[in-house]
Formats: sequence, C-alpha cells, structure tokens
Amino acid sequence: MKKKNVIPGFGITFGFSMLYLSLLVLIPVSMVFFNSSSLGFEKLWEIASSPRVLSSLKVSFTTAFAAALINVFFGFLVAWVIERYSFPGKKIMDGLIDLPFALPTAVAGISLTTLYAPNGWIGRFLEPLGITVSYTPLGIVVALIFISFPFVVRTVQPVLQNFDKEVEEAASCLGATKLQIFRKVILPEMFPAIITGFALAFSRALGEYGSVVFISGNMPFKTEIAPLLIRTKLEQYDYAGGTAVAAIMLVMSFLILFSINYFQWKVSGGKIKRVGGR
Amino acid sequence: MKDKGFRFILIVIALSFFLLLLIVPLLSVFVKAFEKGWGLYYAAISDPMAIKAIKLTLLTIAVTVPLNTIFGIMAAWSVTKFDFKGKNIILTLIDLPFAISPVVAGLIFVLLFSTSHGLFAPLLNEWGLKIIFATPGIILATLFVTVPFVARELIPLMEAQGTSEEEAALTLGASGWKTFLLVTLPNIKWGLIYGVILTAARTAGEFGAVSVVSGHIRGLTNTLPLHIEILYNEYQFSAAFAVASLLTVVAIINLLIKNFADWKIKSQNKLSN
Amino acid sequence: MNIFGGKHKKTTLVVVSALLIASVLAGCSSGKAANGNNETGKEPVTLLNVSYDPTRELYQEYNIAFSKYWKEKTGQEVTVQQSHGGSGSQARTVIDGNEADVVTLALAYDIDSINTKDKLIDENWKERLPENSTPYTSTIVFLVRKGNPKNIKDWNDLTKDGVAVITPNPKTSGGARWNYLAALGYALKNNGNDEKQGEEFLKAMYKNVPVLDSGARGSTTTFVERGLGDVLIAWENEAFLSVKEFGDDKFEIVIPSVSILAEPPVSVVDSVVDKKGTRKVAEAYLEYLYGEEGQEIAAKNFYRPRNADVAKKYQAQFPQLELFTIDEVFGGWDKAQSTHFNDGGVFDQIYEAK
Repeated sequence: MKKKNVIPGFGITFGFSMLYLSLLVLIPVSMVFFNSSSLGFEKLWEIASSPRVLSSLKVSFTTAFAAALINVFFGFLVAWVIERYSFPGKKIMDGLIDLPFALPTAVAGISLTTLYAPNGWIGRFLEPLGITVSYTPLGIVVALIFISFPFVVRTVQPVLQNFDKEVEEAASCLGATKLQIFRKVILPEMFPAIITGFALAFSRALGEYGSVVFISGNMPFKTEIAPLLIRTKLEQYDYAGGTAVAAIMLVMSFLILFSINYFQWKVSGGKIKRVGGR
Repeated sequence: MKDKGFRFILIVIALSFFLLLLIVPLLSVFVKAFEKGWGLYYAAISDPMAIKAIKLTLLTIAVTVPLNTIFGIMAAWSVTKFDFKGKNIILTLIDLPFAISPVVAGLIFVLLFSTSHGLFAPLLNEWGLKIIFATPGIILATLFVTVPFVARELIPLMEAQGTSEEEAALTLGASGWKTFLLVTLPNIKWGLIYGVILTAARTAGEFGAVSVVSGHIRGLTNTLPLHIEILYNEYQFSAAFAVASLLTVVAIINLLIKNFADWKIKSQNKLSN
Repeated sequence: MNIFGGKHKKTTLVVVSALLIASVLAGCSSGKAANGNNETGKEPVTLLNVSYDPTRELYQEYNIAFSKYWKEKTGQEVTVQQSHGGSGSQARTVIDGNEADVVTLALAYDIDSINTKDKLIDENWKERLPENSTPYTSTIVFLVRKGNPKNIKDWNDLTKDGVAVITPNPKTSGGARWNYLAALGYALKNNGNDEKQGEEFLKAMYKNVPVLDSGARGSTTTFVERGLGDVLIAWENEAFLSVKEFGDDKFEIVIPSVSILAEPPVSVVDSVVDKKGTRKVAEAYLEYLYGEEGQEIAAKNFYRPRNADVAKKYQAQFPQLELFTIDEVFGGWDKAQSTHFNDGGVFDQIYEAK
C-alpha cells in the first residue's frame, strides 16, 4: 500500500462525506429498523411470515429475478452489438440506452400499460396469441425489464471496450472455434461485469414501484409486489406492518449491494470499478 | 459468409428488442401527447398548475444538484485519494439509496418527520415546523434518492487517474485548494458534468418517494411527475402525456449532453493513455 | 457544440449561484406565507381541503363559488387548495402532519382514523353538521359497455361465469369498500341474512375480478381506457361522469335492484384550524355545502343532494332504487371495517381461500 500523505483535505472531505451520509442516509434508513424493532422479534416474524407478505415477496423476487436475467441476455447482446459491429442507428441506440434512467417511472408505467393493454399497440397483437401482458406477472416483468435495462449494458460495455482483442486473435490462431473463443475466452473475462450488472438490475427491480403499479393489476397473491404491500399497509394505518416489510426489503438491498462492492473489490484487487450509471 | 449471417441476426435481435422495449414506449408518449392537436398540448403545458409544478421541480433541482455535487466531489476525494479501512461500507452506503425502494425512501422521511409518528414530532410541533407535505420534504426525499449519482460517477474516474498529478503540483508548492481547482477538476470535468446531468434527470423524474411525502396539494406540493398522475386521474389523458412528453424531451436533452460528455471522457482517456 | 467549456464557464457559475440564491429566497418566502391569525382580519386566507379521488370536479367548482360568496359576505379573499387521492392514504397524510383545515373523505371510518394517534378532530364531529356531517350522498351502480352485451341487470349477474368485473382494492380504496358492502348487502337480503351465503356470493364475485386497482379512478381508467372488463362497479357520480366524459355512445349505466346509501362525510380538523386561526372560514366552507348553491353544485356533479328543494329539481337525474345504510345492515363503519377489511378479515379470507 502506498502512502498518500502528501495530499491534503482528508479530514474535511471524509468528515463532510460521513456527516452528509449519516444525516441523509444512515439516520433516515436506521429509522426503519428502529421502528420495526419496537415491534419485537416475534411480531416481526409473524408479519414477515404471513402468507400475504410472503407471496408479495415471492412475486417481487421472481419477477425481479426474471427481468434481471432477461436483461443479462439482451443487455449483453446489445452491448456486444454496439461495441463490435457497425450498423445504421448505432449511435442513437447507444445514446438512448440510459432513457429508462431519466424517464419518470410513472410515465414509463402509463405508457407501457397503454401499449400492452389488450387494446394497445402491442397488446392487440399478443391477445390473439393468448398472451396477456398487462395485469399479469408478465406485465410486471416487462416494466422491470424496461426500468433496469441500462444496468447490464452499461456495466458490460466498458469491459468489452477494453477487452484485449489480441487474446481473441491468439485463440483463433490456435484453432479455437468462434463458440469456443466466446465461451472460454470472452465470457470468463466478462463474468464479473455481468454479475455486477445483474445484481444492480435485480436490486433496482426489486424495489420498483412507480411503473409497476400501473401495469400489474395489484391482485393479492398474484401480482401484488412488496413495495405495494408497504403502501397498502400504510393506508390502513398499519405503520408497524409497513415498516416491517420495509425492513425486510432494506436488508435485502443492503446485502446485495454489499456483496457487489465486496465482490468487485476482490476481483479488481483493491481497485474500485464503475458501478452503474456509467 | 456464415459469420456475416450470424452477425446480421444478432444485430436484428438487438435492434428489435431495443425498438420494442424503448423506442415504442417513447413514441407512444408523443403520439398520445399530440393526439388532440397542438392547441391542447400548449394548453396543458401552460396551465397555471403545470407551471407551478415545473417551478417546484426546478427549485428541487436547484437545491439537490449543487448539494449532491459537493458531496460527490468530497466523497470521491476522500475515498480515492486516501487509504483507510471500511471503504466498502462507505461505498455501500453511497449506493444504498439506489437500491432502496422509492416507497421505503418516502416512508423513512415520514418516520422521521411525521407530526404524530415521527422521531422529531415533539420538536416539529413545538416550533410549528413542516417538513413533509411541504417543499422541504420533497427536496429531502429527492436528495436521498439522488445521493449516489455524482459520487458514483467520479469515484472510478478519480481512482483510475491516481494521485501522481496532484502530488506533483503539491510538491511544486501549490496549495491544496489550488491543486484541486487546476489539476483535479479539469481531469474530472466531464465525468462531473455527466454525474450532474444524471442527478438532474433523476430529480426531475422521481415519483415514488416524492409521492409518499408530498401530500398532493395542487399548485403547492405537486412536482411534474405528480402533476402527470393527477392529470391522468382526471381523465385528461392527452394533457398527462403532453406534460410527460415535456419530461421526456428534458430526458433526451440530458442524454445528448451526457453522450457529449461521454465522448469527451473517452477522447480524454485516449490522450492520457 | 462546446456548451460548457471556455468563455461560458463564468455564465454557468453565475446561473448556478443565482439558482441557489433564488432557492434560499423561495424557502424564506414560503416560510413567511404561513398563516398567522386570520380570524377577524380582512387578510387573504388559505384553506386546505384534503379530499378523496372522485370529488375533484365537485370541489373545483365549489371552491370558486365559495370564494365568491365569502368575499361578498366578509370582504375577505379565500383561496382553497385541493388535495386528492385514495381516501385512506389522504387520511394518513393528515395524521402525519398534512395541515388540512377540512377533510372531505369517502367514509366516516377514515375521519375517525385521523384520531387514532393524536386527537386532531373533536370526537363528536358527526354531530356538528346536519345529516351526520354528510352534505351529499351517492350510491353504487354499474357501468357497462354500450348495448349491455353481457345483459347485466343486477348484482347476481356479476357472479356469473365469463363476466369480468372491475372494482378497486377495498384495502386501499374507500369506494371499493362501498362496492363490497353493497354487493354483500344484496346477497344478505336475498339469502335471508345468511352470512355464509353472503361470503360465498362475494367469493364468486371477486373470482370474476381480473384487476384490483388501488383507487376508484384507476379502476375507471382500466375499464374505460384499457377496455378491460364487462362491468365496472362504481360510484354513481363516477359512472355519470364517465358517460359524460367519454360519450353515451360507448357506455351505459345499469341500476341494480338494491344498493347502499353511500354517505361521504366532511369535517373541520380542529387542531389545524385552531393553530392557523381559520376556524370561522373553515366552518363556513362546510356549512355552505348544505346551502342552496352548494347543494346545486353537488347535484350538477352527480352527487345526490340532501336539500329537498334541490333534490326535487334534479329528481329526473337520479334513478330511484332501494337503498340501505351501513348502520342498518352492518352496524356502522367500525364494525364493518374490523370484520371485513382489516388484515385477516373476510376480504383477506376470500383471497387466501383461493
């Protein structure tokens, strides 16, 4: 470890950052635990294990997982196509990838519902095939794919960019087939970025609310997601129940994020890689 | 030949996924917005309530962007220029608002500032202060949601650039502040702009967290996304999409500037390599 | 295209600092705007009316009328601010400190709930105004597509196979609770008050519900705009409004044989008006709702007026049907809420049993 003593300002920058984070993130977030701990463990467990809460968590996790998985596949494909090939519209495509990031989630929800409803632009073609998107778990997945789409692309892209083509060429000289090169050379190198992208997309999708409520139909045990349940509980003046579900989700988010950061730290040997937002 | 075909198929799949998922929803916003003609479009975005919502959104941007920018720079400086234990925890804390459900983000501020259930309820009642259901609450919730953007943009950039340039400047007798302004800042300029733009875009578009703490008072605590929801609920679908298209245009302009910044970063990196 | 570099750096700086200063100033001025004692003065006064979803149009019109009336009577300017949302979540914002001078919600239970933690409203709020503090009433009817293709006539048609029913989630929507109780009331009446049969009826009806939106407005949008469902269970005023907004060539209203008398209550929030010194004008605001002009506006927005003269004038507008009250059939809101809608209540059982 090299010494960095020459550079000034550690005290003030570290102090300010910690103060800011404590005031704005740490204290507010700890309120959830503070409030739910007053319930006592037994009551907390009772709330967490009630069928309604369990099923909403299940809906949230499975749809977020499915969306993140689909995004790994298509996100990688889109990143690959943008970095490796040239075709008309490539620049626009590259530029618009962050759109779900900047577009208000409510707008995304409304326009997706409009599109995928049985009388919508896309829905009317799917209806005869027997596929209903709006108001089914599939609709939730579609909304989640939309809002978490940029993550995989933007984490994979820089790695693909910096990928040493010579390795590929060497492998090709040694007689490896394209598929072999992809599986044995490219994929392992991409793996950390893909995992990071997946985890980010997953944790973002897990908590998404604004776009999902429009398209999901909010059916208990079918399409009711955990963030919606928090709101439902609050609207019945059940603050304790709401915060208990919130606490469960918070722990999940924290664990996912901490493991990404730890994982990245390990993989890069102490260097901090770009995470999201690129 | 086979290779070309494969490439073609990949491009087609990627493009159609992209069209179906991103472009079509985007187009639908504009089609719906202009469905009833320009007159209605103009009326929707020049409505006094819309103007007030725009003003509130701008005010929120004017507060959150500078604050989170200052924080982002400070945090990036302390994390990348020094070695200390527990960096992972700080990084995770910075990322946390990113992964927290917007509903939970709104809820935590209710738990703090509610005048009945809140931690600070006695203080608030004593002093007659209002945080949630007023502008401060909206700003706080937005600040929380947008904490990560600038910091997360700068940290990898500053990490990659190392400390040698700053060290050189300092050895030559420049003050710490001067070193930052003349050496570090030019190096991170584009990354910073990039982060600022993402913060601004997210601030303008935040819905879930703000909707919990806003109280939905027309013309007073309605931001643009909330105004869209209201219009939508009043069966003014075209008007809702008109205001939405305004936000979409802002998003696209943001992305344009961001791409320009991106391109600048890339060319900068090429120079330094 | 260099927008940020070079000469413009200074401009950017100036703009940013100007924005900062502006934001600080705006913060200050909004602080000042907080109401002082407005009880007697001629200073302009602001009221906040926290209401539920379907009353948007009603209060938009009423606020203008009241401001005019108050100005003529006292010379004081009054601006009424509106906030709309699901009845329950609106009540919750008042509990958490949204300073509403008056609340005009979907059901009495929500106004009672405002007192769960701190006593913000006098416990006898119902007695303070005529008719249990409910200045207008409504009922629950059906909205169907033009020509009534599924031939829906009454509540029992909603339990038939192949009929898709749209109604919001009773857990989050006040209107949905009225819908639920109206259906149950019908079932009880036709099955000799057998509760088991009533539950079976509800189970069969909710099996036909493909979407549970979180609010009444959401459900109307689902039915009208998305084209989902064969019948929408809705507030009478929402149904009339939909027909007015979207055209009677698309939808028609079906009146069931029996339905519930929905009585949306209003109240002054005592702790707020005493703090802000707005009691007088807030009380006048609610009282004027009972006056001729207030009743007239309610009727025009498809709420059933209490005033006999106004009711007579608009008689043709409102269909006659048998109406029962929640007190008669379910023993009041508190009881209905705890048996049916609380966690683990009958509504949850309907879904859990599936």
